[in-house]
Amino acid sequence: MRFEEIKQEAKEKREALRQSKNPLIFVGTATCGRSAGALDTLEVFHRELKSRNIDAEIIETGCLGLCYVEPIVGIAKPGRPNIWYRNVSPERAKELIEGYLVKGDPLAEYALGSTEGNVEEIPYLFDLPTLKPQVRRVLWNCGFISPTDIDHYVASGGYEALQKAVFEMQPEEVINEVKRSGLRGLGGAGFPAGRKWEGCRRAPGDEKYVICNADEGDPGAFQDRSVLEGDPHSVLEGMIIAGYAVGARKGYIYVRAEYPLAVKYLEIAISQAREKGFIGENILGSNFSFDLEIFQGAGAFVCGESTALTLSIEGNRGMPKPLPRPRTTEEGLWDKPTLLNNVKTFANIRWIINKGADWFAGVGTERSKGTAIFSLTGKIANCGLIEVSMGITLREIIFDIGGGIPGGKAFKAVQTGGPSGGCLPASLLDVPVDFDSLATAGSIMGSGGMVVMDEDTCMVDLARYFLDFTEKESCGQCSLCRLGSSQMLEILRAITEGKGEMEDIDLLIELGEAIKIGSICGLGQTVPNPVLTTLRYFREEYEAHIIDKRCPALACKELISYHILPTRCVACQRCFWACPNKAITGYTLQAPVINEAKCVRCNTCLEVCPTRLSAVTKTSGAKVGVPS
Amino acid sequence: MESYLSEILSSYKGIKSELIPILQKVQAEFGYLPEEAMNKVAEFCRVAESKVFGIASFYAQFRFVPLGRTQVTACRGTACHVRGAPQILAEVERQLGIEEGETTPDLEYSLETVACIGCCALAPCLVINEKVESKMTPKKVKELFTKEE
Repeated sequence: MRFEEIKQEAKEKREALRQSKNPLIFVGTATCGRSAGALDTLEVFHRELKSRNIDAEIIETGCLGLCYVEPIVGIAKPGRPNIWYRNVSPERAKELIEGYLVKGDPLAEYALGSTEGNVEEIPYLFDLPTLKPQVRRVLWNCGFISPTDIDHYVASGGYEALQKAVFEMQPEEVINEVKRSGLRGLGGAGFPAGRKWEGCRRAPGDEKYVICNADEGDPGAFQDRSVLEGDPHSVLEGMIIAGYAVGARKGYIYVRAEYPLAVKYLEIAISQAREKGFIGENILGSNFSFDLEIFQGAGAFVCGESTALTLSIEGNRGMPKPLPRPRTTEEGLWDKPTLLNNVKTFANIRWIINKGADWFAGVGTERSKGTAIFSLTGKIANCGLIEVSMGITLREIIFDIGGGIPGGKAFKAVQTGGPSGGCLPASLLDVPVDFDSLATAGSIMGSGGMVVMDEDTCMVDLARYFLDFTEKESCGQCSLCRLGSSQMLEILRAITEGKGEMEDIDLLIELGEAIKIGSICGLGQTVPNPVLTTLRYFREEYEAHIIDKRCPALACKELISYHILPTRCVACQRCFWACPNKAITGYTLQAPVINEAKCVRCNTCLEVCPTRLSAVTKTSGAKVGVPS
Repeated sequence: MESYLSEILSSYKGIKSELIPILQKVQAEFGYLPEEAMNKVAEFCRVAESKVFGIASFYAQFRFVPLGRTQVTACRGTACHVRGAPQILAEVERQLGIEEGETTPDLEYSLETVACIGCCALAPCLVINEKVESKMTPKKVKELFTKEE
């Protein structure tokens, strides 16, 4: 079939859906929605609508990115705007059916916002404080279309870029456009995408490969998964265009096996794209052929590194190739020229081809063009997935989009780039978010994790946490990475247990610098980053642990103790009953006493003590004087 | 096991690059990688047994002991960590009497950790047989396991 016909058909299908006499119900059922209970909500809609004999079309969509209000449901009644609802539990789903679908009251109190028209008392969805500052390109379709129906994607302009590239542009022109756009690899390192494509195109050989890196192993990052679960075709389209541009006939999507839903949606997407003729022999009737296959990564963080990733597809352990090594674009998978880009990099391609390099570069900074996508998590009010213009400040992200720190706590630090990145303090909140500024500040853009921390997070413990992760994930080839990281971890452990010494700080810095020099891959070279940046910006916390044997954030187990203040305690015995380790001795009509030797510092007693009493206290360093 | 295994292998060509997908299939079938199965896979793909074991032990996805009936997975993502995941894991370990990566002798429970399940807004999380238990506290952990017994 010709592209025009495919497009026409998809548009007619969408129009029919829009003009339908039945309401449309969108339920966000990506992984994040599911964990908030979206499948239960979905079931209620199916069951209730059936039992009430209401004809409606239920469409499962991906993630809007507003994780803090999941499950999200959108309802479009005929002739009315779409209304998006927050926290739709099964109970609320029933209320919406009764209230809005049956009686016609839009229940504004549960609404997030509306699209495609205005409803009284309900704001426009994209006017929400968390959405307004965002620039949504890669996330354009996420949450609004069905990821399992290719027609939804095509009707929204999908595969137009492929048609244009294959029929109206020479491969070199495609590469030129990508080069001119200034797009940089969004997997973390930020290498100019166009130059990579050009390198692969120029590399000699007929057999070339395109690989999409969806091995998102960074703890605290889930944006690649959300894109694959929300709009998989945008990634496929970018990959096919890349295949055309560099002269490859075969592509692989290397996706984590821990993302079963993303794998399933990708499988559906690939088979639908093949059916329509976007993948396979003679794509859309041209003489360009390209096929795609999924490879499930088996859970190794280091496989995000290009040479490790290709070795893993070949059936080896994912251990980066030793230096000096040729570029992957020259010698990659099966020693053939290979283009490897991240999910988000590919998802940007269709915009560049459709709207042009100048349009794309209209957003961003001098050296970082386009948008950045972050998984905004941690101690933040509005957790979720965000897409912002490069150059926005951390402050705008955390306080405007993220809604600040919950519970009246103070902001302490923000961690970007996962285990390879660094922690930035409040004094750097006005740093613009782009590849170069973050690097200057000691962190990295990384693949897009952004974890916010408040006063209760101990920075030494956080550095230990990341080291614990990378130490396990080190492939073990380079002695400095393998042994150095475990040495650093030992030292950090000792400090968090109050057994550190002042010399340890210099030793950490020395070891860190040595590991950076002595490792052959990006994992090793960035292992020390979390330690070095916390030492740079939060040295006093290390010193408090070492000199005063005190954890200022009251987080390190070995350095804290719990006490019950008899003056505040009303002997309600809640903590006595709740203590999982029976470490509290209770007395009738008297304050219970915590037996420090048995206490495991699980914080349960503090949690169950009514806030109006706050009789349980947590201290570190000098013991609190127990008032008599 | 023999027949299951030959059925799995029948859809592959027996080349080295299929090692990881085959091991994934085998584990999906048996719940872990039995030693005999790994030996057979080595034979099938014409590689040394040590090579298969090397791959299986390198990647976090593969395990060599059977799973319990109830799979408990604790998320140790960064968001969970800053919101108290270590205390949650410690409490689960205390309740089940096993450590991360182990299965109880009666094969009732197995406990694993995962780098991040991506439910960061609901941190800290546990996954019990694919159901996500969100915003956990040590007290909720205790209730969860005493209720099930």
